[in-house]
Amino acid sequence: MLADKDRIFTNLYGFQPWNLKSAQARGDWDNTRDLMKRGQDAIIEEIKASGLRGRGGAGFPTGLKWSFMPKEPRADRPSFLVINADESEPGSCKDREIIRHDPHKLIEGALIAGFAMRARAAYIYIRGEFIREAETLFAAVQEAYDAGLLGKNAAKSGYDFDVFVHRGAGAYICGEETAMIESLEGKKGQPRLKPPFPAGAGLYGCPTTVNNVESIAVVPTILRRGAPWFASFGRENNKGTKLFQISGHVERPCVVEEEMGIPFRELIDKHCGGIRGGWDNLLAVIPGGSSVPLVPAAEIMDAPMDFDGLKAVGSGLGTAAAIVMDKSTDVVQAISRISYFYKHESCGQCTPCREGTGWMWRVMERLRTGDADISEIDTLFDVTKQVEGHTICALGDAAAWPIQGLIKHFRPEIERRIRENGGALEAAE
Amino acid sequence: MADAPNIPDEAETRARWGAFAWTAENAEKAKAVIARYPAGRQRSAVMPLLDLAQRQVGAETQTQGWLPVPVIEYVAAALDMPFIRAYEVATFYTMYNLVPVGRYHVQVCGTTPCLLRGSDDVMAACKNRGMVKGKTTPDGLFTLTEVECMGTCTNAPMVQINDDNYEDLDYDSTVRILDALAAGELPKAGTQLANRHTSEPDGGPTTLKEMVSSNHDYRKEW
Repeated sequence: MLADKDRIFTNLYGFQPWNLKSAQARGDWDNTRDLMKRGQDAIIEEIKASGLRGRGGAGFPTGLKWSFMPKEPRADRPSFLVINADESEPGSCKDREIIRHDPHKLIEGALIAGFAMRARAAYIYIRGEFIREAETLFAAVQEAYDAGLLGKNAAKSGYDFDVFVHRGAGAYICGEETAMIESLEGKKGQPRLKPPFPAGAGLYGCPTTVNNVESIAVVPTILRRGAPWFASFGRENNKGTKLFQISGHVERPCVVEEEMGIPFRELIDKHCGGIRGGWDNLLAVIPGGSSVPLVPAAEIMDAPMDFDGLKAVGSGLGTAAAIVMDKSTDVVQAISRISYFYKHESCGQCTPCREGTGWMWRVMERLRTGDADISEIDTLFDVTKQVEGHTICALGDAAAWPIQGLIKHFRPEIERRIRENGGALEAAE
Repeated sequence: MADAPNIPDEAETRARWGAFAWTAENAEKAKAVIARYPAGRQRSAVMPLLDLAQRQVGAETQTQGWLPVPVIEYVAAALDMPFIRAYEVATFYTMYNLVPVGRYHVQVCGTTPCLLRGSDDVMAACKNRGMVKGKTTPDGLFTLTEVECMGTCTNAPMVQINDDNYEDLDYDSTVRILDALAAGELPKAGTQLANRHTSEPDGGPTTLKEMVSSNHDYRKEW
């Protein structure tokens, strides 16, 4: 198990105050100036060497992403850092803990990351429903300004940098980076076509990097302790520590920071008190937030919880939000509810997603009750394939994958319901 | 996409809200909000200003607030943007109420992580108090909405009522919270479990135990 001294988010549970004074006593904002004095390229190299991959779901190497930003921004086209705190993926609830209990890690990270990519300012886009969390974040940013850690000559580094907080208003799609930029510009959050990529033309048409809260908040600690320290955790290509969020049918759901690649069984037994009703009662797990396919019990039990380990079982790490389902679960209903979520959250821009998410949900509801024909399972699978990959952003894919995972692993269960409902008779005739 | 609401009759709302303007305090807040964005990019402030306007309407009506069309027009004019662009934003995001709501907007999360932990019981507790999804109770006290994932999944099931979350609910604790609100009290926000602080495992953390009692500095052990 990861030692406490190697955990980055020491106030994860908020037993101690979030304020600047307490955060400094825990080690935040400790000589930030010297970290910045190492120079922009040295910071980017250190982050690259640490093996940090984006914590928002896609897992793109963070240091590499920063290196796409212009080395000499023009005065009329400043660069921006946008921090994605629009945490809305069902199962995910880690950024919320960082923001309300350790906001100064995020703000210090924003300054250092913004400096490294030569940005003029950072906008932290926090989801609208995090009302109290946003209050804390606004207050923490103000504290940092009052202490001279942000603004002109931030932290006495000679670098001018602003951090602004922008509240969303309830739209899952704004977690997609170009939708977030649209929303920041005061528009509907509908994703943009890429290219141009945000690093070329993002917020206000200026070079922009969008990073997840956790990716930014771990940066100061990585620089203080060095890339080799961070890279000493986890497997090749899956380095570091990670906030895991375990919800659903475990004895004690929780958020916990652990080493990347911790086996699923160890994660659950150590921190969650086991599966409700014991390991034999485990049915399936959605290991990375609702967008990734579910994994049946036998395959997930000893899988390493990292990018490659979960890819190997046909799923993904996503945001490391494990939704655990025991054998009492109506698994078709559980996935159907996710289909409803995507129907509700489709922005309506691309036809396959706008029409497809509603259609898929309606068929899922019929499969739930068995009011369907067995051939409709294949039709549904076929439609998910027509939505997947045919939309501007990944919401279409995210709506398709859970259904594909369900059909792949639980087809007999769906067929049983149809048969019990009399559907098999029709099919036989 | 979310289903479109029925926008209330405009003649009535115009008579009631046609003269909407910021209070002195909110005018200051609006100025500070606009200053967060680069000059000429004031349109970026439309979301925070719609929220501010909804809150002002809420304060005037003793509810969570909503956005009558004349109020959206006022915000659009304040930002020098076409009304339709502000209206698009108001109708796109779910937190803007396009119809009046009650004193307490009871938003029950029903997405899968909450569903697995018993959000049906939370919903039942609301319905057994006479609430109907999408409607306001006749006494104007509660509006019930089922919402999508609120990002507190390790503390499921949960409900957000106006600005506060109530987490780790069951049928009884939901009833208790609704009773307290109806009686004009402020129930304790956050987790409703006796031995839980926030998102650590119920009964006490498995990690970082020193932090429970003191602001421990782990750097000495690096």
